[in-house]
Amino acid sequence: ERSNLAGVRHILLVLSGKGGVGKSTISTQLALSLRHSGKKVGILDVDLCGPSIPRMFSVQDNDVHQCDSGWVPVFVDQDKSISLMSIGFLLEKPDDAVVWRGPKKNALIKQFVADVAWGDLDFLIVDTPPGTSDEHISTVEALRPYKPLGAILVTTPQAVSVGDVRRELTFCKKTGLRVLGIVENMSGFVCPHCSECTNIFSKGGGEELAKHAGVPFLGSVPLDPQLSQSLEEGRDFIQEFPKSSAFPALTHIAQQILDGTLQRSS
Amino acid sequence: AEAAALRERLRSVKHTVLVLSGKGGVGKSTFSGLFPVGWGGWFVFQVALLDIDICGPSIPKMMGLEGEQVHQSGSGWSPVYVEENLGVMSVGFLLSSPDDAVIWRGPKKNGLIKQFLRDVDWGEIDYLIVDTPPGTSDEHLSIVQYLSAAHIDGAVIITTPQEVSLQDVRKEINFCHKVKLPVIGVVENMSGFICPKCKNESQIFPPTTGGAEKMCQNLNVSLLGKVPLDPQIGKSCDKGQSFLSEAPESPATTSYRNIIQRIQEYCDQHHFQEEKII
Repeated sequence: ERSNLAGVRHILLVLSGKGGVGKSTISTQLALSLRHSGKKVGILDVDLCGPSIPRMFSVQDNDVHQCDSGWVPVFVDQDKSISLMSIGFLLEKPDDAVVWRGPKKNALIKQFVADVAWGDLDFLIVDTPPGTSDEHISTVEALRPYKPLGAILVTTPQAVSVGDVRRELTFCKKTGLRVLGIVENMSGFVCPHCSECTNIFSKGGGEELAKHAGVPFLGSVPLDPQLSQSLEEGRDFIQEFPKSSAFPALTHIAQQILDGTLQRSS
Repeated sequence: AEAAALRERLRSVKHTVLVLSGKGGVGKSTFSGLFPVGWGGWFVFQVALLDIDICGPSIPKMMGLEGEQVHQSGSGWSPVYVEENLGVMSVGFLLSSPDDAVIWRGPKKNGLIKQFLRDVDWGEIDYLIVDTPPGTSDEHLSIVQYLSAAHIDGAVIITTPQEVSLQDVRKEINFCHKVKLPVIGVVENMSGFICPKCKNESQIFPPTTGGAEKMCQNLNVSLLGKVPLDPQIGKSCDKGQSFLSEAPESPATTSYRNIIQRIQEYCDQHHFQEEKII
């Protein structure tokens, strides 16, 4: 029997030790960029307590249906070029808290990895909650037979974030997950009124960490209110705001992922 | 017997406040770290700060205690003292290197949290502040369960203005209702940014659905206050210094102090009411 992940060419995880650094944002923008390069992308959201992905594509009210091979992922538009799975689609009410201990979370994650009928995808992006616990251990274990491409680690520039991301790097090492690179998010804010740049959350910590750990630095993404707004409204930032300050960095990250996969196949 | 041991240990704690959020990165640890320092006034409170974020312990760094170790004595584990009246406990103190990852499933995390409550010799405390990781899972269920032996005044919930945070925070408020944990109120952090050059305000994290104010109205909980973004906050946390002391003139400092005062007033009133009942 063909596994539901058999048609997925590349699996990559988006991790961070730290919460609120922009994992879901980067997952979303990476998917949108890859789609604009003609790729078919799926996002698996394994943040069971705080699922952010559905809203970022404006499909938070959608339901999940079953088919013969399992759950049908939610498509974000008619093109079916981006598909999603998240616990957000399984909640009766959006404010329902998922108050589960580890074992129950692990069981759902195993199902999410095995039972979603993704079909053929160029990329499956796995968005994770912060930490190095049940969700992360279970996801890596369940994905191991499918040989993921690796992990992108997201941090913000300040030391308090970098401190947690160092631990996540250790997690990757211990679980044999290749680190594709580090993204430094919320790296500076350019005032739209006077163009003065303020480093609200410091600067440079992500780049230094990449150097220190000997992993690729994928780029710095600035704070961009248009990006925040797009995420709030579930809009396609990559399509609608090509002149925005975060656009070059985000598309550059996607390009590096694409180049990396090309290198791997040749 | 275990419940009795916990009860005994926590008997000397007057007030307990949990700092929660459904969402990560909204400023729980930042707030928890400032809370003990945020009081003016005549009284010197004895404060314990317990960090139960086992995977991502931020408190040691923020309090300038990186590299400190926990010592054992006859009466249990000693917290690490920032000042004479402020003791801190975190898994961070049990790790030997900044790269050490705590890759534990739920049950092991619960075990450590129980130890933190049972084996740490806090002494007589006026306030136990518990900093938590984001979410509604093992750590949160366990701390509520273990602290039921003592008495929790309530939870302070931290959010940022945008819907992507609020949607998680509503879940956290529901969690509080489920486990019968009173919600003292909500703090809206990162609420606007004033450019230091042109002084115009930008909403970096826009309150597209009305921010914490609207959410609090809808859910009938208190909005304790709003704190604007200030680059000095991140810098102080990174340096392990108190932002309130480093930037006393900042609007964020004023907001924090007002919020902390409101929480203290809530706890005092609550205590008074409890005493009345007895």
